[in-house]
Amino acid sequence: MIRSPAGNSRGFFYVPNILKNCLLLYSTELVTQHMSQKVLLTSKEINIILHRLACQLMENHLDFKDTALIGIQPRGGFLAERLVKILKKEYKIKHIDLGFLDITFFRDDFGRGEILKANSTQMNFLVEDKKVVFIDDVLYTGRSIRAALTAIQSFGRPSSIELLTLIDRRFSRHLPIQPTYRGRQVDAINDEKVKVMWEENDGEDKVYLISK
Amino acid sequence: MSELSVNHLLGIKYLNKKDISLIFETADHFKEVINRSIKKVPTLRDITIANIFFENSTRTKLSFELAEKRLSADVVNFSAGQSSVKKGETLIDTVNNILSMKVDMVVMRHPNPGAGIFLSKHVKAAIVNAGDGAHEHPTQALLDSYSIREKLGDVGDKNVVIVGDILHSRVALSNIFALKLQGANVKVCGPRTLIPKHIESLGVEVETNLKKALEWCDVANMLRVQNERMDISYFPSTREYTQQFGVNKQLLNSLDKQIVIMHPGPINRGVEITSDVADSDQSIILHQVENGVAVRMAVLYLLASKIK
Repeated sequence: MIRSPAGNSRGFFYVPNILKNCLLLYSTELVTQHMSQKVLLTSKEINIILHRLACQLMENHLDFKDTALIGIQPRGGFLAERLVKILKKEYKIKHIDLGFLDITFFRDDFGRGEILKANSTQMNFLVEDKKVVFIDDVLYTGRSIRAALTAIQSFGRPSSIELLTLIDRRFSRHLPIQPTYRGRQVDAINDEKVKVMWEENDGEDKVYLISK
Repeated sequence: MSELSVNHLLGIKYLNKKDISLIFETADHFKEVINRSIKKVPTLRDITIANIFFENSTRTKLSFELAEKRLSADVVNFSAGQSSVKKGETLIDTVNNILSMKVDMVVMRHPNPGAGIFLSKHVKAAIVNAGDGAHEHPTQALLDSYSIREKLGDVGDKNVVIVGDILHSRVALSNIFALKLQGANVKVCGPRTLIPKHIESLGVEVETNLKKALEWCDVANMLRVQNERMDISYFPSTREYTQQFGVNKQLLNSLDKQIVIMHPGPINRGVEITSDVADSDQSIILHQVENGVAVRMAVLYLLASKIK
């Protein structure tokens, strides 16, 4: 401890800011000893990335006439809705087919682990001969996308399928699946988790890297 | 994580309210699946299910078989009529023989009450009770409640009357358990001889006047008179039963509201309900059949996910 500079009338010991920060860090370290989280993307960065992704989509799909954007449930739907909103509002695209695909019943780990609750599938159009873009928040092992590739067959035969992900965890793939459009590439080890938060669901736009 | 509290579906009595809502939520998703142009999902592709029916059935057997096939399970069918049961084989031996051929789940209908419970204690497979004597028929009650929920939005606080042969009906008992669990008000209506003693202990009221019961209810579930289970005469004649407990269009029109008519099938047209009622807009009989597949898919899916 260092004695307070003149003017500290209360006469207590003065703790300089740098030391305070150390103490603060130490105490948060104690609280989150088993789990720490780092912000990977802020709301501003997410916004910039979303606009870039929207432009990249437009580059390949122009007026989206023969295109269907499909959010992979549960968390890809938020990203898909956000992109459609940007495309319609800021780039004046009139109509975009947007669907939500649940892959629970198509997973390859049934009876091998956690039981996941199903989500709703909303596909009000056929994907026959359409250019389909799967949209998901994080591409990790690639198994969800494998399931989605099977699930989409129930709605017709698309002319092509592309993949857009906000976060691409590049060293964790179990299958030969790569994104066509990626927001940010992240090198995260298997113990770490990438969590994408959306304002409409979680109260903020942020991407966290959580390590155990 | 969301799973059932039980490993077998032996009766509604063994379920809790959460189980029922989980089954219904899952059935919603399967209902969407069976209305696609490709009505199949690959979920249960490494599960084998044996349908063992010691008693006749058309609807339930077909519905289970379709549900299993829509989930991509392998299915084997067994009817007691053409089997070694006739040669004196016991239930456990029969089922264990089937299980040694690597079967994971058994859907069983049996004329003896408690057959499913007995089996679940002695064999290693998930058991689904598809009707055991006059005891329970849980999937029928689930699909009945699911159909009410679909039609009226919710089952809680609804007034439901079950009309007919309550004494011999497993559908009635399972329905009473399911409806009470979800907070509905239940009355039973029928000839006194076909209403079990002490049924009030299940929390239901007895009403012997059909008109009064229909005026009270939102939903009327009409049951069949089960002549095959009747050892003595419980009422003087079918004609008299129809006059007192049969629903016809005239009776429905005399009510000041539109009630929902249900029937678990098979219908004896002109006995418990007339044709014009069965085929009317108020009847959701065919919706019940459609929902049966979705609800059974949900039950099989949720039970199969618990097989280790």
